[in-house]
Parts: sequence; C-alpha cells; structure tokens
Amino acid sequence: MSTASASKRPARTPKTNALGLEKNDYKGRPSTLCKGCGHDSISQRIISAVWELGLDQTQVIKMSGIGCSSKTPAYFLGHSHGFNSVHGRMPSVTTGAMAVNRTLHAVGVSGDGDTASIGVGQFKHAMRRNLPMVYIVENNGVYGLTKGQFSATADKGQVLKYAGTNPYMPLDVCIEALAANATFVARSFAGDAKQLEALLKAAIAHKGLAVLDVISPCVTFNNHDASTKSYAYGKEHEVQLHELNFVPSFEQIEIDEYDDETEVQLHDGSWLVLKKLGEEYDPTDKILAYRTLEDARNQQKLLTGIFYIEPETPNFVETLHMTSTPLARLSQAQTRPGREALQGIMAEL
Amino acid sequence: MSVAVEEAKSKESRTAVVNDFNINVATVNGSGSQTSNNVLIRSLFKMGIPVTGKNLFPSNIQGLPTWYHVRLSKDGYLARRDGIEIMVCMNPATAIEDMEETLPGGLILYDEAIPVANHRKDVTYVAMPVKELVKAADLPFALRDYVANFVYVGVLAYLLDIDTDEIEAALDWNFNGKKKPIEMNLNMAQAAYNWAKENVDQECGYGVARMTGFNEGKIMTDGNTAAALGAIFNGVQFVAWYPITPSSSLAEAVNHYAPELRVDPETGKATFAVIQAEDELAAIGMVVGAGWAGARAMTATSGPGISLMAEFVGLAYFAEIPSVLWDIQRMGPSTGLPTRTSQGDILSTYFLSHGDTRHVLLFPATPAECFEMAGAAFDLAERLQTPVFVMSDLDLGMNISISDPFAYPAKPLDRGKVLLDDAFKEVGADWGRYKDDDGDGIPYRTIPGNSSMRAAYFTRGTGHNEYAVYSERAEDWEANLNRLTRKFETARTIVPQAVVVDDDATAKAATVGLISLGSNDPAVMEARDRLAAEGVNTAYLRLRALPIGQEVRDFINRYETVVVIESNNDGQLHYILQGEEPLAAKKLHSAAKCDGLPISARWITETVLDIVG
Repeated sequence: MSTASASKRPARTPKTNALGLEKNDYKGRPSTLCKGCGHDSISQRIISAVWELGLDQTQVIKMSGIGCSSKTPAYFLGHSHGFNSVHGRMPSVTTGAMAVNRTLHAVGVSGDGDTASIGVGQFKHAMRRNLPMVYIVENNGVYGLTKGQFSATADKGQVLKYAGTNPYMPLDVCIEALAANATFVARSFAGDAKQLEALLKAAIAHKGLAVLDVISPCVTFNNHDASTKSYAYGKEHEVQLHELNFVPSFEQIEIDEYDDETEVQLHDGSWLVLKKLGEEYDPTDKILAYRTLEDARNQQKLLTGIFYIEPETPNFVETLHMTSTPLARLSQAQTRPGREALQGIMAEL
Repeated sequence: MSVAVEEAKSKESRTAVVNDFNINVATVNGSGSQTSNNVLIRSLFKMGIPVTGKNLFPSNIQGLPTWYHVRLSKDGYLARRDGIEIMVCMNPATAIEDMEETLPGGLILYDEAIPVANHRKDVTYVAMPVKELVKAADLPFALRDYVANFVYVGVLAYLLDIDTDEIEAALDWNFNGKKKPIEMNLNMAQAAYNWAKENVDQECGYGVARMTGFNEGKIMTDGNTAAALGAIFNGVQFVAWYPITPSSSLAEAVNHYAPELRVDPETGKATFAVIQAEDELAAIGMVVGAGWAGARAMTATSGPGISLMAEFVGLAYFAEIPSVLWDIQRMGPSTGLPTRTSQGDILSTYFLSHGDTRHVLLFPATPAECFEMAGAAFDLAERLQTPVFVMSDLDLGMNISISDPFAYPAKPLDRGKVLLDDAFKEVGADWGRYKDDDGDGIPYRTIPGNSSMRAAYFTRGTGHNEYAVYSERAEDWEANLNRLTRKFETARTIVPQAVVVDDDATAKAATVGLISLGSNDPAVMEARDRLAAEGVNTAYLRLRALPIGQEVRDFINRYETVVVIESNNDGQLHYILQGEEPLAAKKLHSAAKCDGLPISARWITETVLDIVG
C-alpha cells in the first residue's frame, strides 16, 4: 500500500479500485466448506477489504496451516501466491517468507485448533517477533474436519454430540496475544460484515502482527444456541467495544461523522477511528485490555472491537537490518564475496 | 608426496620416536583447556607435522572429564589412532585410569597435586608443580585455573622440543593479537619450560622436528566453520536454526563471518538474515518459507532436530521447495550421546517423513569438502526443487583438522528453473507449476511477488494436479509421484560423484573393494596400507552422495568382495546399497562400528581381515 498522504479520492466505493480492478478479480476458487460456514463470510470480507484498499494481489501472500479455516486461502485472492502448510506452523513459514521478501503483504488464516492447540507455540513467537502479517483466527471452538472434537477455545461446560461435556476453561486467543506482546489485538464476529471489514483494513495497514480473533460459527458441529461460537449466541450477545471506521491513507478523515472518538494513526498514514460506546475505552492501555477481556470471558460475553494497538514497535523485518531490496531478489554479485575475501580468511586458518 | 623430517636438533638419543606418537590431555571440562590444546596442535601444524586433534568432551558445561587426543604422524595419517604414548593428567578424577591406559615405554605428565598411588615401572613420570608455578606467575585469582593449562604446554615444549616461536605465534592467532592474554599464557608456558629445563631429563624417548612435504599450502579448521563459509560464499540468504550440539557452531560461524562478508558496501545493510528459532519445527518452517519465497535458505541441526523436522521435510519434498539441511550427526537413538560422533542418521534421513519420500544426501569428508558441498547443496536444492541434506558429523564438524584450502567457487550459482518476472512473460498460457515440460521431472516455479497476474499458484501438501490445484484423482496422484521418481533419477546424474581410488599400487591388484563415506576417509586410507601389508589389496570408493550413480554400481560389480565401512551400529549404508544393487547383495559385507569414537584404521583392518578370512 502506498504511503501517500490524504488525497482527493472520493470516499464513495467505486466499481473498480485504485488499480482499476473489479471486486471479482480478487476472488478465489469456489469454496468446498459447508453451506453457511462462517469462514466463507470471512473470505468475502478479505476480498472486499483488499479490493477496496487497492492492494496489488500479486504482492500478497496467503498463508495457512491445516484445518477447515486453513483451506480458505484457496477461496480468496486468486492471483496471490498461497501456502497451505502444516498444522499449527503457518507462522514459521510466514517468518521465512517475510524475512527474504520484505515488500510482501502477508495474510495468514488459522483456526482455533491450528492456533490455540498444536500451534500455540508458533503463534506466540510470531507475536514476540512482531512479524508483519495479518493473523486471522477463524475461531469456532471445534474441530470440524475431524468431525466434532473440542478445541482449546471451546466453552467450559459446552456439550457436543460425540465429545460430551467440556470440563476446561477456554483459552482466550486475545489474552494469549496480549501476553505475547502482540501490537494489534482485535476480535470480531463472522456475521458482522461492517465491523470485520473495518478491522481487516486496519490490520492490513498495521506494520506489525495484527491478531484478529474472528468468532466463526461451525454450522455442522458447533451451532447450538448455547455455544458462544454459534450464530444465535453471537447475534444476541455480541457487545461492541466501539464503533469502528478505517480511513485509508488516500481518503480524507470525515471527522464530522464522529463525536466522542479516538483516532489512531497507522504507520502508512491511514487512520483508525474508534467511536466510544458507553464505556471509556482506550485501546492503547494494555492493562485495561487485559481486564476487559478477562471480565468478558468470565461473563461469557462476546466482546468485539480493538482491544489493544501499539503502532510504533519495530516489526520483525525492521529488526534484521537488511538491504531494502528483498533478500530473495539479490543477485549473485551481491551475495557472493570476492576471491580476495576468501584468501584473507584462509590466511587466518 | 615427498616428506623430509629434519634431524631433531637438541635430541641426542637416537632411539627417540620423532613425529609419530599420540598425546592425550586429560582435563576437567570448562577449565579452559581448549585454548591450550588449540595452541599445542597449531604449533605442531605450523612446524609442518601432520597432526590431528580429537576432542572427547562430555555433555556438560563444567566439571566432567574431557580428553584431547592428539596424533602426530610423520607418514601423514590423519585418523584417530588407538594407544597413548604421552599422557597429560590434569584431572584427578580420571588420573588412575588415564595412567593405566598409557602404553609401556610411555610418558606421563601429571599435576603433582594428584596423588599417584601405584607407580608403574614401564613408564616415565613427570610431576609438574602446577600450583607452585601458577602462584609464582602472580596472576589475578579468577584467571589462575585457565592459565594453569599452559603449564603442560610449556613442559611438553621442552620435553618434545616444540618450537617456542610457534607457540607464541599460535597464541597470537588464538587471541587475535590481544596483548594481555597472549602475554599471560606465554609467560606461564615459558615458566613451565624453564622449570622443566632445570628439573627434568629431556630424554623421554619422544620428540618433534620440523618437517616439510605435507602441511604446505594446507589450512587447519573445523567442518562447521568451513560449512558456514561455504554457505556465505555461495549466496546463502537465510539461515534459521535452533541450538543443538554438535551443530550450533555452524550457525554461530555464519553469525561470526557474515556481518563482515555479506553487507551491502554502500548502505552497510545485511544481504542475509540469521534467525534463532524457537525450536527445530520453527527453524525448518522458516527455511521452507524462505525457500518458497525464492531465497537460498538453510538450517543446521543434529539427529533429534532432524526427527522434529520430518513433517516439514515431507512437505518441502512434495510441494517441491528448495531447502538445505546440515545434519551434524551425533550418537542416537534418542538423546543418545550428544557430544560423541556417529553416522547413524543415514537411513532415517534418506527416507525422512511419512509416505513415499526419498532425499538427496551429501557426505563431505574434509573441511574443504564442507565448503564445496555448502555450494553444491544449494545448487542441487534449487535445481531439483527439493530438500538436500549435508550429512556431516561431530568429528568432522567440531574437531579441527588439516585440510586442503577452500576452492573459490568456479561456477555461477545455479538458481534452477525459476521464472522471474521477465522470464514468466515469455511462458505460454498453460504454465503449470508441476508440469514436466523438459522430461527430467523438474517443473518450473514462480516465486511470490511475481508481478504477473497468472504467476500465482497455491502451494499445498495435499494431492495436487499439474496446475497445483487440489485433486483426489488417482491418475493425478500417480502421475505426480511418477514425476517425482523421474526427478530422483535426474538427481542421480547430477549429485557429486563418488571418489574412486582404483589406480594406486594396491588398488590395481585389488580383489576387495572398500566403500565408505564422510569422516571415515583418513582411517580407511590408513587401513588400506595396513591391509596391503597383510597381503590384502583393496580399491576404495568414497561415496559423496545419495542416490548413488552408475560409478557406484560399477565399483560394486567389479570386486569379488565389497566391504561397506560406516560409523553406526546397523550398517545403514550397507542396507541402502543392498537395496540399490540387489543382485550383488551377497557380496556386500557390512563393517559398522559405533562406540562414539572416530573410527580407527586398526579396527577397519581387523574387521576386513575377518571378512576376507
């Protein structure tokens, strides 16, 4: 995305984006997930967000691990390189790819099994490094592909047809993210198109790792009304922390639309505008984020919005002090030292 | 090779053994003996003496016994040899056994603080007043233990007549010209030398003398350093690793050398990245990600790390992603003996990961070959679009040894069939990521960031057709695996060929063929001389890669008896070769040894004699 400051582009949504492409051009292959799956809604939101931002798909990589959610990168951004890797290890593959090509945009899709169970280690280390990527957890509290076992984010006391009753407290993806020093922590609901799209755009503009925990009901194995990861529960219990608007760097901020708001400027010059709903919420206060998340967890309340954002922390790529040309694009002349250098070293051996 | 040994000048005794004995230095791990031993062996190297050092150290930071085994061989044999002529006892915990182990006629230097209960009549004892000498040196308390090891260096220098100028030069080299430690250690060695001169009879039966004909033009280094430099001079762009003995020093050597050698001259920015990962799973994941994105990427690990990497390696094999893995083998199974050498990962690595997988393995034998194969591994990985393993071991990786100098790469980097932006524009509309356009099983790949809208493909470990689209069709699956088989057949023709020794005097008369690999080389070469002396003439093939090429089949079929020599328990290479040449299976014999020590010529000789009856 360009770093150009506010320009005169109209705010209305054009039929083609900044690159002159239609939304259809950002589609992937047809989905093979169950009809009504929350994951497919998320794929649609990704298509919309990336198209509206005018991102060049060829410079995007779509990363995933294993599971229903990890299949979805095949279903959006058909002109981006994609990598469906191994279970729970999408972060390490993305780390390698971003280290050698710093100009790419990484969009990672994972699930609650892929992230909170087998992949919890790599998930946390990716945040420790502040890897530049959007890390979407399509969270349904259940293992779908293996037909209905509990995941680590399943509610305590939840009953599943074959798995019985879950005796453990769920692992909260957002709290884990905060504890691992994530610089962007947000939650949304697959059924909330408007909020999810705004969050996706903000996550893409964030220069470090942006965690998006998206509650995405499993229509086949976990859509009982009692589950916090069901459509009915989500619709009834979703409490928005704030109303969100994302203003890309090429659009004017429409200050007039909002009163009582907080603005956070992202590294590329775009703005995240949060309108407060009742409570005073400061998304730069980490302790407040912990408390808010913990309270919501205890009350089994589906709280959505941006819990925490810290836009300034250097990202992983910046810490490596590499050439501005991506390493993978360097020539032999740039990567093979001369004969004299070898002679010099051997003289010391 | 013309070898000339100068007369040992100050030696009057004509019976002294010159440049042909073993020294074993027994110390406590963590006492700083690495410095004194390095200085000792480097001084001998610079005097032109063929010399080898094997560090036998425990898996421990401080306190357990450690030995440094130095062999001097005027004939140029660089393998470990059994038997100890000169024992240096600095460790009370092992002194009794160490002294017991010394050969009759040998010499025992020991710290006089160590009580010696039972004096043997057939050896010479020299009690060194270590504490006294250290005290006299008036050193800061914290440094005393470290400098104490230079007492035996000084005493040995006098007794054996080691050139003290070479000791000073070696110290200067070791401390990179830093005055203070050089002076401190040198003074200690000098004081011990003077003490020995006044108190000990120099006629101990052993001596060294400067010689020519062997070390000229050679370097002395370890395989891990050579591998790191090889990678740096062959365009490595990405290294991810997780610390594990005995491979850590490889990644650390990249960290040591690359910041100087691989920065952009104008901006001072790095043209490489080294990441210490959170575990081996992440290390290989990062390498696969970097290889996929178009970089020369590698990791270094050992057996336990290889086991952890198995799943990702299967993905890289099936999704066809270049990656290089250095396996510095140590003893297994399981945690095994982390600080002891072995070649026990050959079989499991050859077929690493579930399903039908086979990999390219390279076997370097010397530091120079580690340097060379670091480049070959990248070329092969990118040419074949697959993981390539370089199978080193603790002995080659961590012990310093005499080596040919590193050859500056003669060929440009082979980046394989990569379609970058311009090249991709020339490609027809029906480009398929996994299509075999050239019949060699190797498809054309694009890398992320290619600006063409049709260059993208979806990389997956699931079944796929030629266009990288998910497929469960039987025909697609079979066609894909058949292509991978074709690719493996291509690999046979481009991996480094075996070194065949079939035209020296003993080989010309050979009925027995020896096959071995890697760091066993010096022991095999020495064993061939010993066997010839016993009337058994041998030819020798040193395997440098798997899968085998035609030259290996020819060799196997040429001799009546073929013995496969390797440092593991089960005869892993033997097993693979029997499978490759099933009709020759009966005449392929296994000589496999795995006791944690580098293999010796004596053991090979005895084993081959047993086999040929």
